[in-house]
Amino acid sequence: MTDSAPAKRRSPMGRLRLRERMRDRDQAIYGVLLVAALVYPMATLFASGGSTAYIAQAAHAGTWVLLAIGLNVVVGFAGLLDLGYAAFFAIGAYTYALFASSQLSASPLHHNFHVPFWIMIVLGMFVAAGFGALLGFPTLRLRGDYLAIVTLGFGEIVPQLSFNLPQWTGGINAIGGIDQPWLPAWITGPWAGANNVALIQNSTCRNPLAQTQFIPCFSFAFDPIAFYVLIVILIIGAVILVTNLYRSRLGRAWMAIREDEVAAAAMGINTVTTKLLAFAIGASFSGFAGAYYGASFDLVSPDDFLFVVSITVLVMIVLGGMGNIPGVIVGALVIYFVLYTLLPSLASNAESFANNFGLSSLTRQNGEWPGLYAEVQRLQFLIYGLILVLIMLLRPQGLFPSRIREQELKHAVSQEEGSAVEEGVRV
Amino acid sequence: MSPIDFGFYIISAAAVILLAAQAVLNPTAFIQITIFGLADGAMYALVALGYTMVYGIIELINFAHGDVFTMGGYISAAILGFFAINENSFTVGNLIAILIVFPVVMLIMGGINISIERIAYRPLRNAPRLAPLITAIGMSFVLEGVMFLWHGPASVHFPDILPHGPNFQATVNGVFVTFKDGFVMVTAIVLVTLLAFFINRTKLGKAMRATAQDRDAAQLMGIDINRTIAATFFIGALLAGAGGMIWGLYFNNLFYNLGFRTGLVAFTSAVFGGIGNIPGAAIGGVLIGLIAAYSDSYIGSKWTEVVIFGILIGVLVFRPTGLLGMRVPEK
Repeated sequence: MTDSAPAKRRSPMGRLRLRERMRDRDQAIYGVLLVAALVYPMATLFASGGSTAYIAQAAHAGTWVLLAIGLNVVVGFAGLLDLGYAAFFAIGAYTYALFASSQLSASPLHHNFHVPFWIMIVLGMFVAAGFGALLGFPTLRLRGDYLAIVTLGFGEIVPQLSFNLPQWTGGINAIGGIDQPWLPAWITGPWAGANNVALIQNSTCRNPLAQTQFIPCFSFAFDPIAFYVLIVILIIGAVILVTNLYRSRLGRAWMAIREDEVAAAAMGINTVTTKLLAFAIGASFSGFAGAYYGASFDLVSPDDFLFVVSITVLVMIVLGGMGNIPGVIVGALVIYFVLYTLLPSLASNAESFANNFGLSSLTRQNGEWPGLYAEVQRLQFLIYGLILVLIMLLRPQGLFPSRIREQELKHAVSQEEGSAVEEGVRV
Repeated sequence: MSPIDFGFYIISAAAVILLAAQAVLNPTAFIQITIFGLADGAMYALVALGYTMVYGIIELINFAHGDVFTMGGYISAAILGFFAINENSFTVGNLIAILIVFPVVMLIMGGINISIERIAYRPLRNAPRLAPLITAIGMSFVLEGVMFLWHGPASVHFPDILPHGPNFQATVNGVFVTFKDGFVMVTAIVLVTLLAFFINRTKLGKAMRATAQDRDAAQLMGIDINRTIAATFFIGALLAGAGGMIWGLYFNNLFYNLGFRTGLVAFTSAVFGGIGNIPGAAIGGVLIGLIAAYSDSYIGSKWTEVVIFGILIGVLVFRPTGLLGMRVPEK
């Protein structure tokens, strides 16, 4: 990206250096993602005739992207394997849900709180970071996989606690009726009336016809576009923050620890503080994502934070390319697509495929054969597993691995052939 | 003695004293719970051994191992269907069926696990360390998917062919003991003894220990690394397959994602005993079984998981290398 001959005056477009940026793979991914984020809501609104279901889904996918960015700090940058990341997600979500719903009036406190979302999202971040530090403090002196196991245990305990303490968390019944975020009227305009019941009743947004127009209402109460915009802004903020962290002194310290902890300590890096910071910062993103999730989903249940969630986020970042932020975002989107769109729709797709090709006898239940639809539905697990194994076998480095680490790997291979490679590429 | 160690001993002592109080107050119930715990723990130990062996040799948390265990149960249930078995009373046919199916299912699971290693882990041996972890998760989903496809989400009945009923149970001073409890413990002890003999006395066992200690050096000494690692997976799956069958014989029901929870608990046991340490895994399994049983009865079963994982975190914080304290060499 360095310019050797900047003598030529550039046109305004030239100053953006689009051409050079496009050649850089990571910059190009950012560009494509940005354009996609802009075009996606309009395209789906247009294609589906005003339905915002796809936008709501994208806003949900955004939660996972935030989680992946956060876990990437812990696993990708600092090289600490965290198998209980969902616990911090849960902490963020419960922090918001408890202080922004009527839940606590049924608890021993007998008083409910309705703290605004914009305060709680910051608070959720700090609470999750605090728990991350609390867990990290006694355990970060453990090396390698012992840390992974401690986090795994923590990740198991947190959802169990929320199952077992129904007087606080609602237990299996979950917390519903969570406050939506609202914006002051001078931002949303009086037509949205997000925080005024009378205005909501009369607002154009309530009119189904208005939904077909490309005017976002920007009321979080009934407009997924608002959440979509919010999550896109949150992700952009997170990416900028994490990129700067990565390039900072702290980021270099993380990388040094990842590559060789002893050498890093010898160079004067305080390994405990540095690892603790990675842990807390990683957790804070998931607290962030948790608060957003609670608000957008309007339901916080312990089922949403099981071990599977931690595993899924880990899969996202390893598959996308650990340590590389655009890779991680793409990985999160790909896995989200596979899990929430591809696999659920597989059964009906297979059925219509069979019908179109004159194989409709396959779709009917016949003796042992449960019918194509049911059979394909049962295949979901298997297919997901095969997808994971195949992608990892084809691209063990992930889809878009970090450039630096790619170089390290090549270097190590050429330098000391064969089995010594893993020395350079731990985690 | 550092304050941390002191705290560890204080907490352990408090737990032991509370348990002892229970034992004195109601010895019958205490012994009964201990028997349940030992039977459960024996099965956890069999699965934990597979985790600890694989971790010791290639530092991989083999998430698919729990599902290999469940698969062992499913396959043995299927093979048992070919035999003339009687669920109501114990016949010679039952005995023959058990004696044949045990080795058969163990060998089948060994074969399956070797193939898993060959397909999903060996090509990634020099890849970044998390890549095989993800394929292990993938293989876990694949195995669960196969079992789901086979029998669906409902639980599967495993034929109740061990001696059971009033003739095969005894009440000694109010403690209720069945034949099954004894069977599970004896089988597990036999298998673990065989494993210990194999690891410590045979050439392949020696090769495994050498590979676990330093793979490169072992290779230089002429040990075939690929063969040794495959053998490790094979033996781990032998034990897991046996564990699956024993689980089926004991509880008489299986479900497709049983291996997820059991695997997690078994892995916890392996860590508890000191991962990479074979006697540690066996002892850890038994201890976790006991802890789970005590927690089920004295604290409440909904808190058992919190107790198990809480103890796990405590042990790792105070005794970072597990109870038996063997450190896996940092590679």
